[in-house]
Amino acid sequence: MLAYFARRLVFAVFLVFAVSSASLLLARLAPGDYASESLGLGARRETIDEARERLGLNRSIASQYRDWLVRAAHFDFGRSLQYDRPVSDLIPESAKNTAILALTALVVATLIGLPLGVITGKQQAGWAGGAGKAGRAGRAGGIIAGAIRSVSLVLLSLPPLLTSLFLVFAAAKTGLLPVGGMTSSVNGGTVGDLLSHMVVPVAALALPLVAMFERLQSQAMSETAGQPFVIATLARGVPLSRVIWRDALKNALRPVASVYGLVIGTLLSGSFAVETITAWPGLGQLMLTALRARDIYLVTGCAAAGSIFLAAGTLVSDAALAIVDPRTAER
Amino acid sequence: MRRFGLALLAVTVVAAAFAPVVGPYAIDRQFRGFLNAPPTRPHVIDDSGSWHAPFIYPWRLASQLEQRYEEDRSTRIRLTWFPGGHLLTSSSSDRAPFFLLGADSYGRDVFSRLLYGARISLGLSFVAAAGATLLGALLGGIAGYAGGLLDDALMRGSDFVLVLPAMYVALALRSALKLVLPPFEVFALLTGIFAIVGAPFIARGVRAIVRSEKQLDYSAAAASLGASHLRLLVRHLLPAARGFIAVEITMLVPSFIVAEATLSYVGLGFPDPVASWGTMLHDASTVRAFADFPWLLSPAAAMFLVVLGLNLVMQDESASMRYERPL
Repeated sequence: MLAYFARRLVFAVFLVFAVSSASLLLARLAPGDYASESLGLGARRETIDEARERLGLNRSIASQYRDWLVRAAHFDFGRSLQYDRPVSDLIPESAKNTAILALTALVVATLIGLPLGVITGKQQAGWAGGAGKAGRAGRAGGIIAGAIRSVSLVLLSLPPLLTSLFLVFAAAKTGLLPVGGMTSSVNGGTVGDLLSHMVVPVAALALPLVAMFERLQSQAMSETAGQPFVIATLARGVPLSRVIWRDALKNALRPVASVYGLVIGTLLSGSFAVETITAWPGLGQLMLTALRARDIYLVTGCAAAGSIFLAAGTLVSDAALAIVDPRTAER
Repeated sequence: MRRFGLALLAVTVVAAAFAPVVGPYAIDRQFRGFLNAPPTRPHVIDDSGSWHAPFIYPWRLASQLEQRYEEDRSTRIRLTWFPGGHLLTSSSSDRAPFFLLGADSYGRDVFSRLLYGARISLGLSFVAAAGATLLGALLGGIAGYAGGLLDDALMRGSDFVLVLPAMYVALALRSALKLVLPPFEVFALLTGIFAIVGAPFIARGVRAIVRSEKQLDYSAAAASLGASHLRLLVRHLLPAARGFIAVEITMLVPSFIVAEATLSYVGLGFPDPVASWGTMLHDASTVRAFADFPWLLSPAAAMFLVVLGLNLVMQDESASMRYERPL
C-alpha cells in the first residue's frame, strides 16, 4: 500500500515538473515574444531589441530554462511581463477561482449523479426480480428511471462548451441570473452575490458530469444485481432497499471512483470553455491572456498550477480507489 | 432511437456534402442591409388566408442603431426552386434574402455557413479520429505485442498524456505557432494535435486486447505456421480490436468537434472568413448576441444534434469506457 502511494507520488511530482518545463519551452519556442507583441508593428527594431534586453528575453533557451529551474526550485516563478508582478502573486487568485468552480461542480455532480444512477440501476432486470412486486409502484419507478435515462442521454451530448452557451443564453433571455463574471460591480462581494454568479458556470460544468456519473453508477448497480453476496444478504432477510443503498452501492462505487482521476482532467478542460464563456476569472482565462501576450513566465506558472491540481486530483482519486477496492494498490 | 440517431447523422452528412446546393448563398456573400437579421420563415398561407407557393415576407429595418427588423407583410417574395444550382432561395435575393437561420453580424446567411461549417468541423474531427486510431493502434499494438520494457515505456507515456487536460495541451501546442495561420495549416495542425491527444485512448485498449489475444491458441497456431511478427500483429491480432476501435471513434469525434469549436471560439482556431462551427460561435460571443440574436447559436445546436446522434447510435455498446472523454 505504502509503496503504491510512493509510486503515485513520484508520478505526481514528475507530472508537475514535466508540464511546467514543457510549457516554458513551448512558450519560448513560439514565434514572436512579449517585446514584439506588446510594442506592436509600428515599433522600431532598436526599441524592441532594447525591451528584449531589459526583460531578459534575448538569452538562449537553455540558459533561460536553467535559470527558471533554479529559481523555481526556490519557489520563485519569475515576474509576469505584462502585469509586472511576481507570478506567484497572480496565480493563487485565479487558481482559487478555478478550484471553487471545479470542486463545486464535482461535488454537485457526485451528489446528484450517484443517487440517480442507483435509482435507474435498480430498475434493471436483476433488481426488479428481487423486488417481486411489479404493481403500480414498480411501473411508476420504471417511468421515472426511463425519464432519468433519457435526460442523461441528452446531457451526455452536451459538453460544457454547449451547456454554458445555452445556459448563458437562457440567463440572458430571462434575466434571472447574472451571466458573466464572479461578482457584481455594484453591491458585489457578498456570499449571496457570489452564489448567484456561480449558478450558471457550476451548472454548465456539472450537468454533463451528472449524466456521466448516473450512467456509470447505473451500469455498475445493474451488474451487482444477482451477485452471490447480494443474494446471500437478501436471504438473511435484510430489506431490499437497505441492500441496494448500502451493500450494493458500496460495491458499485468502483467504476465511478476509477474515472475520478480522469474526470479531474476533463473538469479542467471543461472549465476552460466555461470560464471563457461566462467570464469566470479563473486559470483558463489567465492562461489565455498570457498566451496571447506571450507572457512566458505567466504561461508557465498557470501550467504549473494546473498540473498541481491535476497531480493532487490523481492522488486523491488513487486514494479513493484504494479505499473502495484495496486490490488496486496491490498491482 | 438508434434509427433516429442514424437519421440525424445521415441528414447532417448529406447536407454537409451538398452544402453548395442545399445552402442558398455563398459563405462570404454579405447582405449589407441585413446585419444580424432574424430568420425569415417560409410561409404558404398569407394574411388573408389564401394559399400560395412557398414565400417569405421581406425584413424591413426598423431601427438601424438597435438592428431591429420588422416583417413587411404587404409584399410576398416567392421562393424559387433550383435557381442557379441552389436548392431553394429567394426570387429577389438583393431585396429580400432568404435567411432560414438568420444573418450574422456581417449580413451573411447563417444557414449556408452552418452547412459549410459542418464540412470543416466534421471533416476535421473524422480525419483527426482516423489519425488517432492509426497512431493508437500502432502504439498499442506494438506495446501489447512486444511486452516488457517497450510496453512499459509506451504505456507510461500514454498514461501521462491521458491525465493531462487535453484542452490545455491543444491550447499550448497551438499557441506555440503564430496566432493567425492560413486555413489549410490550421486544419493540418489541429488534426495533428487532436490525433496525438486522442491516440492514448485507443492505444490503451488496443494494448489490452492484443495482449490477451496473444495468449490464445489461434495466435500460437499462426505463429507456429511461420507467420511473421508483423503479419501476426496486423492480420490476426489487431482485427480483434475492431469493435473497441469503432466505439472509441464515436467517442473521439464529438470531443474533437467540441475542441475545434472551443479553440476557434477563443480565436486560436480557423481565421474568420472560414466558416467552421467554432468561428461561427466566435461571432456570437457577446452578451448582446445571446439575448437578441439567438440564431447565431445555431452551430451549438448543430453540434448538440450530431453528438446526440452519435450517442443514440452507440447507446447499446455501452461500456464504461464510453464515458471517458479526452477533451
